[in-house]
Amino acid sequence: MTALIFALVFWVAAWAANGWLSNSRWRQTWPVRLAVPILFGVTLLVLWEGLVRGLGVSPVILPPPSMVAQTFAASTETLWTDFVQTVIRGALRGFVIGAVAAVLCAILIDRSPFLTRGLLPIGNFFAALPIVGVAPIMVNWFGFDWQSKAAVVVMMVFFPILVNTVQGLRASDTLQKDLMRTYAASYWQTLLKLRLPAAMPFIFNGLKIATTLALIGAIVAEYFGSPTRGMGFRISTGVGSLSIDLVWAEIAVAAMVGTSVYGLMAWIERRVTFWHPSHRT
Amino acid sequence: MRALLPMITVLIALVGIWYLAVAPMNIRTALDQVERSGVEVMPEGSVARRDISVWRLMIQNPDHIAVGYGLDRPRLPTPAQVGEELWKTTGAMAMRGRAWSKRSLIYHGWITLRSTLWGFLLGTTLGIACAIAIVYSRTAQMSLMPWAIISQTIPIVALAPMIIVVSSQIGIDGRGVPKAVISAYLCYFPVLVGMVKGLRSPEPSQLDLLKTYDATGPQSFLKLRLPASLPFLFTSLKVGIAAALVGTIVGELPTGAISGLGARILIGDQFGNPLAIWSALFSAAVLAGLLVTLLDLLQRLALRRMGAQP
Repeated sequence: MTALIFALVFWVAAWAANGWLSNSRWRQTWPVRLAVPILFGVTLLVLWEGLVRGLGVSPVILPPPSMVAQTFAASTETLWTDFVQTVIRGALRGFVIGAVAAVLCAILIDRSPFLTRGLLPIGNFFAALPIVGVAPIMVNWFGFDWQSKAAVVVMMVFFPILVNTVQGLRASDTLQKDLMRTYAASYWQTLLKLRLPAAMPFIFNGLKIATTLALIGAIVAEYFGSPTRGMGFRISTGVGSLSIDLVWAEIAVAAMVGTSVYGLMAWIERRVTFWHPSHRT
Repeated sequence: MRALLPMITVLIALVGIWYLAVAPMNIRTALDQVERSGVEVMPEGSVARRDISVWRLMIQNPDHIAVGYGLDRPRLPTPAQVGEELWKTTGAMAMRGRAWSKRSLIYHGWITLRSTLWGFLLGTTLGIACAIAIVYSRTAQMSLMPWAIISQTIPIVALAPMIIVVSSQIGIDGRGVPKAVISAYLCYFPVLVGMVKGLRSPEPSQLDLLKTYDATGPQSFLKLRLPASLPFLFTSLKVGIAAALVGTIVGELPTGAISGLGARILIGDQFGNPLAIWSALFSAAVLAGLLVTLLDLLQRLALRRMGAQP
């Protein structure tokens, strides 16, 4: 019971602290901007821990975060093999193949305005489809190992990146293109020096959407058959054998990978599109 | 409508590529089947053929390529086969008055649609509520916004089996609720982002005008911020409903569901019936198209009534 009361008191205190911090005169400084969301996240964890302990929830249903952290520390080796299998072998390779193919396709399509007009709505439609459903077909075609996972990832990331790149290639305005013409720039020079850089904010938008999709694709494809390692494999067998704490540890890995890859993308984007109004300080 | 002709061209090209791909994809299965019926093929025995590329097999057995277009369990079915299967499990069954039979895709589509709509409702409500909190409270903005972004970088499928375990343990029967939770998780974020943008879209001068009218907080919300946010809301609702459908199907895939389009894909996989997988995939695509088109129509109607210029 004390755990529950402590969690509730902590919640109220943290909310009050956040309210005070975000209305204080330091609210624009970076430590506060960082501290407020972190405090919010910690509050969620404390509430979770307190509720599970205070209400006596069985760890088989919902383990408290402290137990998940222990399991995480105890099984780093398993988690690492799974990480390599799912993220490095499956998701990353698929992501790179899909992204390169999508950008190349976009550049090819862009040469014909007719194709662009036809492909944009269709590409947008495909990007909205539940493409994860092809996972069993891909496992059937490419076997159980990472090739089938990469194939699912390629299909999932292709359309969002394609659509965004095609839109981005149309983003440079007439004035800039005219300037390139007065320089007597060739098609490739215009592409490399004006249109691709101008398309970068759009391309990165697509890449950022695709990072999460890549992880989803790689994990779902493992539910349909995989070698005896991988995050999706561990999650589906863990749920079956009631080792729920290990499943939560895998979820924590997936969350960390998703967030840090997204963060990495955002960081690269800032480096590449430093000229863009939204990044100028 | 300017895009209609190019779209049709692209679609025809895609179907053409699909038809061409069927031959190399199915040649091995086709040769196995022909050989079993006693006809001689080059080289004999499927083991001997395993190391030979499909292109050489096609050149050596040109007479049997056509068999690949009519297999019962093809690796890649032709568009016509998929269309036939779709018609058999929807239109043909409806005409015989068996639209709600467990074998009909209309029934499974309805199960999926129901979860999708519940998830969409839940996610939209949550997204709009969070957006209002974020617009009116700086504390909420500073603590919620980063986590809303982080929540979208977490692959929800990892959580899907857990959500189902937890909800069945706390006594929620059936798979409708966990599926709706998953699709709400995927769909609240676009709504949240769109609504925050929309609720902030009125200009300071407009807000000032309402202040000179001595409008109260709720009044300026209902008469200015909410109407101003509608175009943003509809745009994000269209993204949201597609995401909700993806969420429902993801919720059905890994969890051993028995009804719903995702479950049809799962069952088709377990029983080695590719046609069932492909027809379920296509009905999911049709469903997504219908839902987005419906919201698009609603958007046009609502914006026209509000006096927006087309």
